[in-house]
Amino acid sequence: MQPFFPLAGKPMAFDTIDRTAKKVVLTVQDYSLFVWRAVTNLFRPPRYWPEFLVQSDIIGVGSTSIVLLSGFFTGGVLALQSAATLSAFGATAVTGRFVSLTMIRELGPVLTGVMVSGRNASSMASELGSMVVTEQIDAMRALGVDPMRKLVTPRIFACVTMLFFLTIVADAFGILGGAFVTIFMNHQNGTQYFSMAWESLRFPDIIQGLVKPLFSGFIIASIGCFYGMRTSGGTEGVGRSTIDAVVFSSVLIIVADFLLTQILLSLFAHL
Amino acid sequence: MNENGASTQPEQGLAPAADPEPVVVFRNVSIAFAGPPVLEDVSFSVAPGETRILLGPAGVGKSVLLKLTNGLLRPDQGSILLFGEEISHMPEENLFPLRTRTGMVFQEGALFDSLSVRDNVAYQLIQEQVPDDEIDSRVRAALRFVELEETFSLFPASLSGGMRRRVAIARALIRQPELLLYDSPTGGLDPVTSTTIIELIVKERDVYRTPSLLVTHRLQDAFTLCTHRFDAEAGRMVPLPKGHTDPNTTFLMLEEGRLIFDGSLHDLVHSQNPFVREFLE
Repeated sequence: MQPFFPLAGKPMAFDTIDRTAKKVVLTVQDYSLFVWRAVTNLFRPPRYWPEFLVQSDIIGVGSTSIVLLSGFFTGGVLALQSAATLSAFGATAVTGRFVSLTMIRELGPVLTGVMVSGRNASSMASELGSMVVTEQIDAMRALGVDPMRKLVTPRIFACVTMLFFLTIVADAFGILGGAFVTIFMNHQNGTQYFSMAWESLRFPDIIQGLVKPLFSGFIIASIGCFYGMRTSGGTEGVGRSTIDAVVFSSVLIIVADFLLTQILLSLFAHL
Repeated sequence: MNENGASTQPEQGLAPAADPEPVVVFRNVSIAFAGPPVLEDVSFSVAPGETRILLGPAGVGKSVLLKLTNGLLRPDQGSILLFGEEISHMPEENLFPLRTRTGMVFQEGALFDSLSVRDNVAYQLIQEQVPDDEIDSRVRAALRFVELEETFSLFPASLSGGMRRRVAIARALIRQPELLLYDSPTGGLDPVTSTTIIELIVKERDVYRTPSLLVTHRLQDAFTLCTHRFDAEAGRMVPLPKGHTDPNTTFLMLEEGRLIFDGSLHDLVHSQNPFVREFLE
């Protein structure tokens, strides 16, 4: 016999939306509390400086090669593309200006953030996730050590610090990549390239380029650690946490970049 | 008579723990994780010098109970006292000093993969910035206790399952805790290795008299603990005289989150509770 309500007992679309919304709100709440604890730990002992140095080495020194290469070739591509367009207006001389501004204000910070996110947010999520599923985090707590202080706070602090310097490296090698293409492939004047690159830079450009990595670094480490520490479901759960950490941190870096650009542009509008 | 051939009268000459102040007290503790209660209205206590063996089949909440004991989990209802302090709602920061007074052996050892055996065992001492020389000597002493001194500079990946448990016991013992928590220390091990682990636990119990709470689903391990003692002169575990049991080793049993038994081996083997009978048989 056909029931009177054919969808009786089946989840309605509203229920699904309701559950998803609650889940999102709960995750944001958990993340906010997690970040609050991680940051406030900086101002109270014990502080684990050796952990900070180890993480700085892993994140900073370990990511140098990928940041250096991606910066160099992005700068090169920018020079290639811009030269083709600018030559139509007889303005190939401003290639240096174009490359330096684009690298320092936008591509340097974003590219470095995304590259480091792929390398380090994933490693943090998988490392901490594995520790959770093998009860190493519980063991640490049982031994009287706070995993937030020992594992999370040093990673966030190290990632913020190192991303700042890695972005400077990416910017520098981006400009060098542009110079390489300009001089050796487009056969233009190198002095003119560097002169344009240097002279066009203003204080707000530098500030924009150096503020963004602070936020990106924070996003990478906090998201990586957050998903790692809330891992459940064995090795499959570790895989899920790793994917979530990379996806969310990469997307958030780009969203944060958009918001920061808007804020910084309006702040420096009068300069 | 129990299945090991020993009767269940307490060992003569050894008085049960007399100190009135319990180390751990559970009062009407309940906890659930998005579903039916894992533990419901559980009450018991652990007295100084007492070894309590928590029996029950897999999945009845034994490990959850152990994690509640040192505040790794928080109960939904009821209260838990650890060393006389109410920990149910205690902030995590205040729990850390209390936890340093306990030692916990996890199901799979939970050794830190990236650290050597020395650094694993010395973990707490390193955090307390104890001088390296003292750390080395104390780690060697702890490893000697579990008869694994040769693993000092190895990494956990190169140890067998039984060796990992023994290193975990050494890690739990290094600061001479006031309470020991064993989470299925023989789970997944072969009988010979299981006996080695149980012998270590008996040795710890009889040498240091640390109060402990031990979770297991293996009845033979529980009975061995109750019917054997450590002979310091022979350096090995020996059976108690026929008809005698350790008076400070008592039993708890869980069935679907409820505590259905609390008493001695004698009470256990004479219990008329159908679940207890089924479990024993």
